[in-house]
Amino acid sequence: MKARFFLLLGSVSAALVAFALTSPRVIAADKVDPAADAKAFQDFFFQKFPTVKHDDFVNGPYSMNEDMKRQWQEKEEFPPYEFALDAGKEMFATPFKNGKTYADCFPNGGIGIRQNYPYFDEKEGKVVTLELALNRCREANGEAPYSYVKDEMASLTAYMAFTSRGKPMDIKIPDDPRALAAFENGKRYFYTRRGQMNFSCASCHVQSPGERIRAEILAPALGILNAMPIYRSEWSGMGTTSRRFVTCNSQTRAVPLEPQADEYRDVEYFLSYVANGLPISGPGARP
Amino acid sequence: MTTTSGPLATRRLILQGAAGVALLGLGNLPFGATSALAAANDKYPEEAFKQKSEADAIKALYGKTAEPSDKVKLDAPEIAENGGVVPISVTTTLDKVTSISFFVAENPSALAASYRIPDGTIPAVANRLKMAKTTNVTAIVEADGKLYSATKEVKVTVGGCGG
Amino acid sequence: MASSIRVRATANGDITEVQTLIQHPMDTGLVKDSKGEVIPAHFIQQLKFECNGKNVFVADWGTAVSKDPYVKFSFKGAKKGDDLKVTWTDNKGGSDTTTAKIS
Repeated sequence: MKARFFLLLGSVSAALVAFALTSPRVIAADKVDPAADAKAFQDFFFQKFPTVKHDDFVNGPYSMNEDMKRQWQEKEEFPPYEFALDAGKEMFATPFKNGKTYADCFPNGGIGIRQNYPYFDEKEGKVVTLELALNRCREANGEAPYSYVKDEMASLTAYMAFTSRGKPMDIKIPDDPRALAAFENGKRYFYTRRGQMNFSCASCHVQSPGERIRAEILAPALGILNAMPIYRSEWSGMGTTSRRFVTCNSQTRAVPLEPQADEYRDVEYFLSYVANGLPISGPGARP
Repeated sequence: MTTTSGPLATRRLILQGAAGVALLGLGNLPFGATSALAAANDKYPEEAFKQKSEADAIKALYGKTAEPSDKVKLDAPEIAENGGVVPISVTTTLDKVTSISFFVAENPSALAASYRIPDGTIPAVANRLKMAKTTNVTAIVEADGKLYSATKEVKVTVGGCGG
Repeated sequence: MASSIRVRATANGDITEVQTLIQHPMDTGLVKDSKGEVIPAHFIQQLKFECNGKNVFVADWGTAVSKDPYVKFSFKGAKKGDDLKVTWTDNKGGSDTTTAKIS
C-alpha cells in the first residue's frame, strides 16, 4: 500500500519525490508538519540552486538569469511601480468618510506588518490575507470594496509591502486543526495538476524555475509572494497576489477561482509559510 | 502649459528661420549665443517619425547616412525580457556630439527616439523602448556634423505591441 | 493630482545626473481594446529639460518609447540647489511641467 502511494506520488511530481526523500516525515501523509514541510521546501531550492543567495530567491526570475538580472537592475533605478507606490501612500493616509483610516484596522498602524500576512484567524476559522483584510477594513468603515486584482488594491499593498521591505516573512500556524487543515489544503492545491495543460503550480515553479517557458524565465516558488504586488511589463501595470493566482490558472488553461476563494487563501498561506525567513521585497517589477 | 513665455517663443521663431545660416558660424559664437541656438532648434521631427524604414527615417531626420563606429557603444539586452520595455542605452567617446537617435528596424516606424545634446550635456542616454519582434536596434550619434552608428540585435519573443 | 513627472537630479561635482519617469500611456495607435476598437495614438512627442535658463536636454519621442517612459542623461554646469524644469507635450496637446531641485 505504501509502495503504491509512493509510486503515485512520483507520477504527480518529481519534486514531491524529492521532498519525500529529503523529509521522511512527509511520506507519512497522515501527519501535517508545516515546519518540516517548510524546511524540505527551502532545502530543495537551496540544493537545486546552490549559487543563488538565499535572500535572492525573492527576486524571482532575476535570481536565475544574469542577463535578465541586469535588465531588472536597470529598471530598478527608477522602478515602474513608483507611481503605484506613491498613490498607495496617499490613499493609506487619506481618511474614510467616517474619519477613520486604514491605520485603524491594522496592528502598528499598518506599517511594517506585511510579513505577518496571511494569518490564520481563529475566530473565523479561516486564513485572512492582506488584500482581504484591506477590503474588510473598507467595508467596516462604510466604503465599497476594491477589485482584488489591481489598481487601488495593488497600490495599497505596494505601500504596505514597501514599509516592510527587508523584514523576514513571519507566518504563524497556530496549534489549531483548522489552521493545519488550511495549510494542508493550500499545499494540495499547489501540487494538484489541473486545466487543459495538466500543470500544477509546482510543475513550473518547483520543477522548472530558471527555465524558459517561451520567452519567460520561470520564477522559483520559494519567496514568490515576498515580492507582491508586482508591476508586470506583460500586464503594463500592477497586479496583486490575487491577480498572480488567477493568471497562473488561466495561463495553464485551468478555470481560475474567484479572487480570495478559500483555496487561494490557503495556497497563499502555504506559500508564505514555506518562505518564512526570506525578506519581503515587494513591491516588485517583473517581465 | 507654462513653459514658453512670449518673448522667448518669438526669439525662437526668428532664430529658427536663421538656423541654417547661423549654424555655419557657430564655432565663432560666444557661449551664450550657442545655447540660445540650441534652445531654438527644437522643432519636433514629425516627418522622420512617420517613415517606415530605418533608411528613410535616417534620411528624413539627418539628410545623410551614417557609418559604423566602434566609438559608439550601444548597450542592449540579447533577449528582451519583454518587448514592451527594453532598456537601451548608448555612450560615446566622440567629441562635439549634437544628437543621439535610436532606430528599431522592425518596428512599424523605425525612428523610436531622438535626443538633442546641447553643449555641456554628456553624450550618453539611457531609455526604454518597445520592439514589435526580434530586430536590429541602431543608435546614431551625430558628432561634428557627421553620423556614426552602432547596431545590435535584440531577440524579442513576446511582442511589445500587444500590451 | 500628483504630477505625472518624477525627477531625480543629483549633482556630483560638476556633473548632474538626471533620471525621469513619466506617467503616460504612450499608446501606439496599433492596439485594439477589449471591444475590438483601435485605441488612438496618444504619446509624448517632446520632453525638455531646462536649467539656469537653457535647455540641457531635449527628447523627441515617437510611439516606440515604452509606456511610462524613462530617460537618463547627465549634464555639466549645474550645482546642488539649482532648479531643473521638466516639461512634456503630447500629440493630443496635453502637457505637464514640474520643477525639481538638484540634490
